[in-house]
Amino acid sequence: MNSPFVVPVNPDSACQPPSTKDFVVDRTFRALARIGVVLVLALVFALVFEVGRKALPGMEKHGFDVLLGSVWDVNQGKYGILPAIWGTLYSAFIALLIAGVFGVSMAIFLTQDFLPAKLAAVFRTIVELLAAIPSVVYGLWGIYVVIPAIRPLTAWLNTELGWIPFFGTSLSGPGLLPAALVLAIMILPTIAAVSQDALTGVPMKTKQAAYGMGTTHWEAILKVMVPSAATGIFGSLVLGLGRALGETMALAMLVGNANNISLSLFAPANTLAALLALNFPEAGPNEIEVLMYAALVLMFITLLVNVAGSMLMLYAQRGTRQ
Amino acid sequence: MKSLMKSAALAVAVSLSATSVFAAESIRLTGSGASFPAPIYLTWFKDFSKKSAGVTVDYQSKGSGAGVQDFLNKTVDFAASDSAMKDEDIAKVAEGVQLLPMTAGEIVLAYNLPGNPKGLKLPRDVYSDIFLGKITKWNDPKIVAANPDLKLSDTPITVVVRADSSGTTAVFTKHLAAINPAFKDALGEGNTVNWPATDKFIKSPKNDGVTATVRQTPGAIGYIEYGFAKLAKVDFAQLQNKAGHYVVPNAESGAEALAAVKMPESLVAWLPDPDGAKSYPITSYTWMIFRKDNGNPAKAKAMREMVEYSLTEGQKIADSMGYIPLPASVVEQVRKASANIQ
Amino acid sequence: MTNLTTPDIALPSLQRRFEGRALRSLVLTTLVWLGALLASVPLISVLYMLITRGGARLSLELFTELPPTGFETGGGFGNAMAGTLVMVGIAAAIAVPVGILAAVFLAELGPDSKLASAARFAAKMLTGLPSILAGVFAYALVVMTTGTYSAPAGGVALAVLMLPIVVLTAEESMRMVPKIMKDAAYGMGCTRSQVIWKIVLPTGMPAILTGVMLAVARAAGETAPLLFTALFSNYWIYHDGNLAVMNPTASLAVLIYNFSGMPFDNQLELAWAASLVLVMIVLVVNIVSRIFGKPKY
Repeated sequence: MNSPFVVPVNPDSACQPPSTKDFVVDRTFRALARIGVVLVLALVFALVFEVGRKALPGMEKHGFDVLLGSVWDVNQGKYGILPAIWGTLYSAFIALLIAGVFGVSMAIFLTQDFLPAKLAAVFRTIVELLAAIPSVVYGLWGIYVVIPAIRPLTAWLNTELGWIPFFGTSLSGPGLLPAALVLAIMILPTIAAVSQDALTGVPMKTKQAAYGMGTTHWEAILKVMVPSAATGIFGSLVLGLGRALGETMALAMLVGNANNISLSLFAPANTLAALLALNFPEAGPNEIEVLMYAALVLMFITLLVNVAGSMLMLYAQRGTRQ
Repeated sequence: MKSLMKSAALAVAVSLSATSVFAAESIRLTGSGASFPAPIYLTWFKDFSKKSAGVTVDYQSKGSGAGVQDFLNKTVDFAASDSAMKDEDIAKVAEGVQLLPMTAGEIVLAYNLPGNPKGLKLPRDVYSDIFLGKITKWNDPKIVAANPDLKLSDTPITVVVRADSSGTTAVFTKHLAAINPAFKDALGEGNTVNWPATDKFIKSPKNDGVTATVRQTPGAIGYIEYGFAKLAKVDFAQLQNKAGHYVVPNAESGAEALAAVKMPESLVAWLPDPDGAKSYPITSYTWMIFRKDNGNPAKAKAMREMVEYSLTEGQKIADSMGYIPLPASVVEQVRKASANIQ
Repeated sequence: MTNLTTPDIALPSLQRRFEGRALRSLVLTTLVWLGALLASVPLISVLYMLITRGGARLSLELFTELPPTGFETGGGFGNAMAGTLVMVGIAAAIAVPVGILAAVFLAELGPDSKLASAARFAAKMLTGLPSILAGVFAYALVVMTTGTYSAPAGGVALAVLMLPIVVLTAEESMRMVPKIMKDAAYGMGCTRSQVIWKIVLPTGMPAILTGVMLAVARAAGETAPLLFTALFSNYWIYHDGNLAVMNPTASLAVLIYNFSGMPFDNQLELAWAASLVLVMIVLVVNIVSRIFGKPKY
């Protein structure tokens, strides 16, 4: 194979055209990268195919009843996952709201010269470590620390402000709020770590230019740094949301797993991932079909939420560009 | 017994020279299934593996249903199940299936009341109505009538049930359906049932999830396995049995219940509501599932030895771990049937 | 993308006067401090619980002994640690190269191609995959074909969970590499691969490593996929002088899941200690990868 770059040059020159070897390596590497992408796609296709294949009989048998029903009664063959869909979205939304606000402010706090660099690095490592704590530990922490801690506040909110639907019921123990709080703590490390990288990735010059224009510290952060890192921060939220939607054990321990649809933050709820994990090990063939159906729904929700987020992102970018 | 002593002595010798590798082919048995008997199975298998050279037994608790599924997919050598095995599943196994009851357990009602009163007594209609969501306060006249000595406040009853699909739920609901027709009509029985949808019914995963939630929630009541409750030191109620007596769950009352039912040829016996004045009302066997034709004589032999160990040495520790030893007649039946594992 | 060219701030006048924006800065600084402190409270609370309850049992014996049963005292989880290292290693060996290669394509080679946008959506969809499905998938793919629970099956399941995290974070970190650096390299006559190898990957490495770390951390703590693929074992993966990888394999996550559900104090203590050890393993991997992944330029 001949290199297309063959041009006679002075062999002593610092500038060399790529050799044939360089050319081959280049093409091979590019081909490998393409294979990598194809593998990712193939994996998702294989997954959807595998899940879809097992879900198909359930979809044919039950159709939309599964999506719209709110009763899960194996004995009567009634499988409704509407409460689980509702609980999944509700808990993930609250968790993302909390973790997004705190995670991004933590990322700003750790990257924008509020702390000495060394200290920030230590803090950052600690936050990243929290991503490794097993789900079960978060679940136990939620039961023994979070629920007792919020019980007095929730009781007060329920008695004083019970007319607001969010505080409509009393907290028995496990419920939507404790689950969402623990979920927020669980996804905070992901959001904080990835947003931090996005913020540190903004070239120094950009910030210096902003200061040169006479901006205050905060004007530089909010008007220059955060918008420059916006795609990265958005990416962190996507990862966080993904984990929130798919999280199982901690939620199973804290959410109460009741097929309720309620606006109340204190009522027990249910989520799709918990429903799957809890019922799968003992499920009979009929139930597995429906569980696989539920899994497809969960994947579809993740996709839908991501598409919505990407559109929002594009819209926001257009806004700043003017 | 003598041979066992001998093999034990041999095992000591082997473990002393642990570095020397045995020339004999090592056999590894893999099992999965029910989580309820997992603690005792793991103890048995570890001890058995230590005592029999070249045989190691691995067991993982992942649920009876998953265990049976593994068994059907042939990814394990044996399975364990709280709910035996369905006939249609048995029909799928060309090699033939041998079910062996290995131990039994009770299900207790753990509670958490302000002031930690001990010795709560619950009549049959009361505890079934609590799990139907019909009795919702601790000072309900029916509870007060059964417990004149206890101070009961108007705390709402928070009912904690299993969130995961479980053999424990199956045994518990089988019993409730047997004693209360209303329960049978409304909820039925099974690994999961459709518990009343109120905000006072909380679902938690596994025994520990239910136990933790009961502990952390004043006014809570939940069903867990006796062995777990005993070791976790939670308060549990005395239940009224078929004969009308209040019975404390323990090894004796469980053994009484087992003795009240005759083990059939299939080795699958259910005790939804046992007779007998001293019988604890919620008691059940749990099974190991083997293939009759394993196509591997060495493995089959190891399995038979494993069963033999469980029937002899194994039963001795059952009581201390919160399980009920098999009645002697049942041990004999199981031993005879274990010869079918070839 | 930013308003660098037309700053909407007035030129400072020479007279010094009170400025609203200084006050706003002060308020925001206070808020971000408060936010960081408030967020630290639960984080520290979790860590505190982990360290006090797990640290109480920390000893050498934990790493050399096999898990105890029932009323046994003592014991450890050496086999589970070995199993976790093997399986997370297998998962990383699959997910990191594939993920970074895919990210190279997404960020550099064909960022706007149809293939890239499809893969990007695919990866995002994978992030929300409940971990149990990764287990079910690997069960069908590996366990059913090989006929046995095994460490590689566990590794495949974990790789499925790690892949999207690696792809998405690596793509993002490569995109943050300034265009002028790449242009300079192209100007010197580098091929695209050389630009990627010598400029993009080294510059983006710290952020790529963050992604890999998050992925490793997630994989190390996952239980559900392992229950369906590697099962568990009470014995060493190293068996009679050879590595028994095609057998059920122990892992810390499953051990924690099993033991945290038992009523025995000994097992509960071990579950806490195992959680702490798991976090420490991730810490070590984190530090080591940072030392080796430091940009050289």
